[in-house]
Amino acid sequence: MDWQPLILTFKLALITTLLLLIISTPLAYWLAYTKSRIKPIVETLVSMPLILPPTVLGFYLLIAFSPANDFGSFLSNWFGIKLIFSFEGLVIGSVIYSLPFMVHPIQSGFSNLTASISEASYVLGKSRSTTLFKVLLPNIKPSLLTGIVLAFAHTIGEFGVVLMIGGNIPGRTKVASIAIFDEVESLNYSNANWYSFILFAITFIILLTVFLINGGYLKRFWK
Amino acid sequence: MIQIALDKKLKAANGEMRLHIDIEIGQGELITLYGNSGAGKTSILRMIAGLMQPDKGLIIVNQQTWLNSQKGICFKPQQRKIGFVFQDYALFQNMTVKENLVFALEKGQNKRIVNELISIIELEDLQDRKPENLSGGQKQRVALARALVRKPEILMLDEPLSAIDVKMRNTLQDYILKVHKEFNLTTILISHEIGEVIKMSDKIFIIEDGKIIKQGKPIEVFSNKQVSGKFQFSGEIIKIDKEDVIYIVTILIGVNIVKVVAVESEIQTISVGDKVIVASKAFNPLLQKIS
Repeated sequence: MDWQPLILTFKLALITTLLLLIISTPLAYWLAYTKSRIKPIVETLVSMPLILPPTVLGFYLLIAFSPANDFGSFLSNWFGIKLIFSFEGLVIGSVIYSLPFMVHPIQSGFSNLTASISEASYVLGKSRSTTLFKVLLPNIKPSLLTGIVLAFAHTIGEFGVVLMIGGNIPGRTKVASIAIFDEVESLNYSNANWYSFILFAITFIILLTVFLINGGYLKRFWK
Repeated sequence: MIQIALDKKLKAANGEMRLHIDIEIGQGELITLYGNSGAGKTSILRMIAGLMQPDKGLIIVNQQTWLNSQKGICFKPQQRKIGFVFQDYALFQNMTVKENLVFALEKGQNKRIVNELISIIELEDLQDRKPENLSGGQKQRVALARALVRKPEILMLDEPLSAIDVKMRNTLQDYILKVHKEFNLTTILISHEIGEVIKMSDKIFIIEDGKIIKQGKPIEVFSNKQVSGKFQFSGEIIKIDKEDVIYIVTILIGVNIVKVVAVESEIQTISVGDKVIVASKAFNPLLQKIS
């Protein structure tokens, strides 16, 4: 069996999750506390990938990244970046596709904190950023963990977006979900089963770990 | 001296309300804001703290202008030296008791104050615990200690004792009075309890619908006639019994129950649940050592 699709899948999920964490924390903070009028629009855009068929997202990204179009040609002429059928393109597609899975838990984590906690910190003379990193984020660790794991697991499971903008290039864009499809197409059921089983097992373990940690089972066990 | 003038339209439960106050507080005084919920007491504290902006206002604390809406001066909460004890304590759950206090230190401030406060407010046994493992009264003490780390120019307490049982409340009142004196603080307290107000404050402002309707020494404000008693306590009537021609009024003072004889004309003006002052003038009270 070829391990490359699996390795590629986890590399993609890891990078995507990391980028999402960096992007989503300020975005979720803004969404949780803003009184801006454009909030509903931003919230809608963030949530769209939940409902939209992945192929729709993939199709528009394909069009946007295509060197035949303005944005795609701008990227390739000025920066030499080619996003179609490349790993970088997959990363961008996955970040957009998994965005709600990271933003929503963090946002609800922030919203569930009482306002007096941040106010208490301001009154003690602490800046907004100190308050965010020392008080707010440490108090929403379960939400951060949920966001990280959901985004990671969701990226592992994506298919439509990857197929549209990445295609099926071994070692570059052929992730596990596509490899499974590929093997089934060529009637290699035992290979398909292996990929499927490994994904199944890993996803199960990751989610179980989250529930154990957030449910406090591990803490009780260690005591 | 602290000068506070605030004006703001507030959205209250029954329509709009205009909050308008103008008060002066002397250095080292402990004053109480008293009034029904929704009267605007918490809003006043929040505006002093800078957590809420008044429409118009002026706050001058010891010759320093914190807020002057005409000149466009408005200090952020971080720039105002205040200690704020929130109604829900607002302790940081991710930190231990001691870490909560250390977090409040200013850059370069001597850490000694933390240990000093831990010993004054007797938190030694609790200092390594997380807030989730503390009782209401203990959380209250931590919140009080944390508010004092920066050595605030004004200490503000928003109904600090409302969620605490009567016995614990007495202890906490003593802690507040102790630090108030020890740190020579100027303190603003919100309270609903007449007994607490009389025990603790130098001056009281009664607030109704955003305006101050009465102010003065608590005992004078609460008793219509001035009583010059030899001793006096305030309490709550819990029972009135008729016995022949007189009445026995049972009054709860602090944690003690006291029975007082009353005549019919007195009974007509009071009923169960009323707050009353029990005072004695003509007779010298007896003292007897207990324990």
